[in-house]
Amino acid sequence: MTPSASTGFWRRYSRNRSAMLGLVILLSALVMAASAPLIFPGSPFALAGQPRTPPGPEFMLGTDTLGRDVLAGIFHGARTSLMIGVLATLVSLSIGIVVGGVAGYYGGNIDNLLMRLTEFFQTIPNFLFAIVIVAIMTPSIQSIIIAIAIVTWPAVARLVRGEFMALRNREFVQACVVVGMSDLRILAFHILPNCIAPITVIGSLMVATAILVESGLAFLGLGDPNVMSWGYLIGAGRTVLRTAWWVATFPGIAILLTVLAINLVGEGLNDALNPRLRDR
Amino acid sequence: MSNPILDIRDLHIALPPHADRPFAVQGLDLSIERDEIVCVVGESGSGKSLTGRAVMRLLPGPHVRATKGVIQFGGEDLLQVSEARMRSIRGARIAMIFQEPMTALNPLMTIGEQIDELVRIHRREPASKRRERARDILDDVGLPDPAKMLDAYPHEMSGGQRQRAMIAMALILEPELIIADEPTTALDVTTQAQILRLLKELQAKHHTGVLYITHDFGVVADIADRVVVMHNGLQVESGVADEVLNRPQEAYTRKLIAAVPSLTPGQRQAYDENDTALETQDLRKTFHTGGGLFGIGGRQVDAVRDVSIRLYRGTTLGVVGESGSGKSTLARLIVRLLEADSGSIMLDGQDQRALGRAELRKFRKRVQMVFQDPFGSLNPRYRVGRLISEGMIIHGTSTSEARRRTAELLELVGLETSAAGRFPHEFSGGQRQRIGLARALALDPEILVADEPVSALDVSVQAQVLKLLDDVRDRFGLSMLFITHDLRVAAQICDHIAVMSKGEVVEYEPTSRLFADPRHSYTRELLGSVPGRDWVVPDLT
Repeated sequence: MTPSASTGFWRRYSRNRSAMLGLVILLSALVMAASAPLIFPGSPFALAGQPRTPPGPEFMLGTDTLGRDVLAGIFHGARTSLMIGVLATLVSLSIGIVVGGVAGYYGGNIDNLLMRLTEFFQTIPNFLFAIVIVAIMTPSIQSIIIAIAIVTWPAVARLVRGEFMALRNREFVQACVVVGMSDLRILAFHILPNCIAPITVIGSLMVATAILVESGLAFLGLGDPNVMSWGYLIGAGRTVLRTAWWVATFPGIAILLTVLAINLVGEGLNDALNPRLRDR
Repeated sequence: MSNPILDIRDLHIALPPHADRPFAVQGLDLSIERDEIVCVVGESGSGKSLTGRAVMRLLPGPHVRATKGVIQFGGEDLLQVSEARMRSIRGARIAMIFQEPMTALNPLMTIGEQIDELVRIHRREPASKRRERARDILDDVGLPDPAKMLDAYPHEMSGGQRQRAMIAMALILEPELIIADEPTTALDVTTQAQILRLLKELQAKHHTGVLYITHDFGVVADIADRVVVMHNGLQVESGVADEVLNRPQEAYTRKLIAAVPSLTPGQRQAYDENDTALETQDLRKTFHTGGGLFGIGGRQVDAVRDVSIRLYRGTTLGVVGESGSGKSTLARLIVRLLEADSGSIMLDGQDQRALGRAELRKFRKRVQMVFQDPFGSLNPRYRVGRLISEGMIIHGTSTSEARRRTAELLELVGLETSAAGRFPHEFSGGQRQRIGLARALALDPEILVADEPVSALDVSVQAQVLKLLDDVRDRFGLSMLFITHDLRVAAQICDHIAVMSKGEVVEYEPTSRLFADPRHSYTRELLGSVPGRDWVVPDLT
C-alpha cells in the first residue's frame, strides 16, 4: 500500500459490484439525512393526519398510532442514526487507537495492564453494558454515543495493538529511533499511517454496529426522547404490528439496508486496501 | 554426447501481460547427463527459479506458463504429458529440494510420516519395509539417531537437520534427477558447507543428475560440473565449470565474477592505535523468553556475553558470526535500540549508557545505523526526501537547509536529486540501500553501524554498495562497525574483525592476520566453510 496507489484503490473498489451497491445505498441514506429538513420541514413528531393511515397517495408509508408521518420519521431518523453511528465510531476509534497503540508499542507491563483493562470491558455483553450506561446517565444523544464508544473500543484496541506490535520491530521504525525521534512522533507519523487500512475497515463496520445498538436502545425506550430515530419508530409500532404493519416495517427495512450497505462498503474497502488477499 | 536425462530445448516461459518483460525465460537450452551437477546461476529476476519449476510443472499459473519449447525427460516431453503422468514422475523420478526447509516441510507431520507418505504414493511396500527404508535414508544423510529422528517434528530440528531431511525425502525413491533451488541459501556457512558436501557425495553414490539453482559463484565453484549463466531470462553463457569460472567469455559473466569479493584481504590504510572512536567493555544482554505471569518458568538466552571490542577512528571493524551468534544484538546495543544489562559503551572516554534523555539525543546524532532489509527499512508511506531530511529537521536544521543537504546526499550516494520526490517502492534494492545510507549520513555521524547492509542484494549491486560504503567512510572520516555473516565481504571492507559465536567474541584481530593465521577453532571452521574457498577469483580487469 502506498499513497500513489490511490487511483488504483478506486479502480479496485469500483470493480467490486456489491461494494458499489453498498456505496449507492449508503449515499442515498446520506442524501435522506441531508434533505430531511427541506422535504419535511417542521418536527417529525408533529401530527400529520389520521392515525394509522395505511400507505397510500396521501402518506407514502402511512402514519403511526398518533398520526405522525412514517416517511418523515425515517428521513429525520436517518440523521440521528448516521450521526450517532459516525460519532460513536470516531470516539471509539480514538480510545482504541490510543490504548492499543501504547500497549502494542511499549509492550511489557504497560501492555499487560492495558490489555487486562480491555479484557475487563470485553467480559460484559456489549448490549447489556450499553443499556446499563445509558440508564445510569439518563438517555440523551451524548450518553448514547458514550455508551456505544465504551462498549466497542476494546475491539479496536486489540486490532491496533497487534498492528503496532508487528510494526514496532520493523527496521524503518528502528531507523526513526536511531535518528532520535520522540516516541509520540514515531507512533503518530510513522506507525499509525501504516495501519490505516485495517483501521478504516474496522471503523466502517463499527458504524453499522453503532447504528444497530442505537436502534436497539431506542426500541427499548432508552433513546433520546426529543430526537426521532429508526429504533424509536419501531418501538412505537411494535404494539400495532398486526393492525398497522407499516409503522414498524419501513424503519426496520431502513436499518436493514443501511447496515447491509455499510457492511458491503466495509468489505469492499477491505478488498481494495488489501489487493493481495483478493488475488489469491 | 551420451543420452542426457533431461534435455530442455528453446524453453519460453511467458509472464503476465503487465509484467516488466514478456518472458521470464526466453529460448533456454539446457541438458543434464546422468551423474552430473549443472548449476544455473543468475541474479534475482533472471528466471533461474522458474526454469526449475517449469521442469516440475509447478509454474504459478495461469498467467505464468511455458509457451514454447520442449522439456525432454525419459523419452517424454514434460510440457505435454498428462497431469496424472506428471504426478507419477514428481517425487519418484524427479525430486525437488526447496530453499526454506521450514516452510517446505509440513509442521504437523513427523519426518517419518512425510517420508512414508511419499513412498506409499509411489510404491507398494509393507509398512515395516518402508520404515526400514526411511531409517536407512536418514542415516545416509547423516542425521544423528535416525530411528528417533523419524518421530521428530520439523520444529524439533535445526535448520541444517531439516535440510538434511529434505534431501532424504528427495533421495528416498532414487530419482534420476534432483532439482535443488537455492537449498543452502537460508543456512549458515558452516551448515551450508556440510550440506554441499553431503549433496555431492550422495549424488555420486546414486549417479543422480542435479539441476542446482544458485546466485552464489562460490557454491558453483564447489559443486558444479557445468554452468549455465542466466540474465533477464536469457541464457548468457554455458560451459564446463572451470571454463566459465576462470575464463568467462561474455561481458555479463565477467562482470558478475569480477563482483565476487575475493577472500584475500585487501590493503588497508594505516590508522592511529591511540585514537579510539568507540569501545565497549563487558557488554552483556540476556533475553528472557516465554514464562507466564511474573516470568516464572521462562527461558534465558545470553545473546551477548561480556563483549569488549574497540573501534579505532577512521577504520572499519567487522563483526562476523552465524545466525544466533549475537552480532545483530551487539549492533543494536551499541546504537541503543536495545539497553544492555551491564557493561559500558565508551565514546570520548565517557560511558554513554549513563546518559540522560537530552544527552541521548546528542548521542543519536553521532552514531547512525544502516539496516539490512532494503524493503523494510524505509517507511513506504513517505517520499524519499522526507525520509532523509526528517532526522535533520528534528535536530534543528531549517527546512530549506535540510532540503539542500538532502539533494547533496542523494548525489553523494549516487542517486538523482529528483529521487527526493519519489516513494521507496519505486527503487530497486540497491538504490534503497543507498537511500538508507543517505539517511544515516544526514545527521553527520562519527560512527556508522551497518547491520548486514549488503546481504539482501545481488552480487553485482553488493559490490557497488560496498565500494560506496568504503568511499563514504574515507570521505567523512567515519568509523564503521560492519556486521556480516559473509567472510568474503568482511575480507574486503574491514580493518579488524571480531568473530562472534554464541554471544561471545572468540577472536579479535586485524583482518589480514585473522585470514592468514586463525587461532580459534571456530574461526578456522568458518574460514574452511566459505563456499568456493579453493577457487581464486580470476583477475578480469
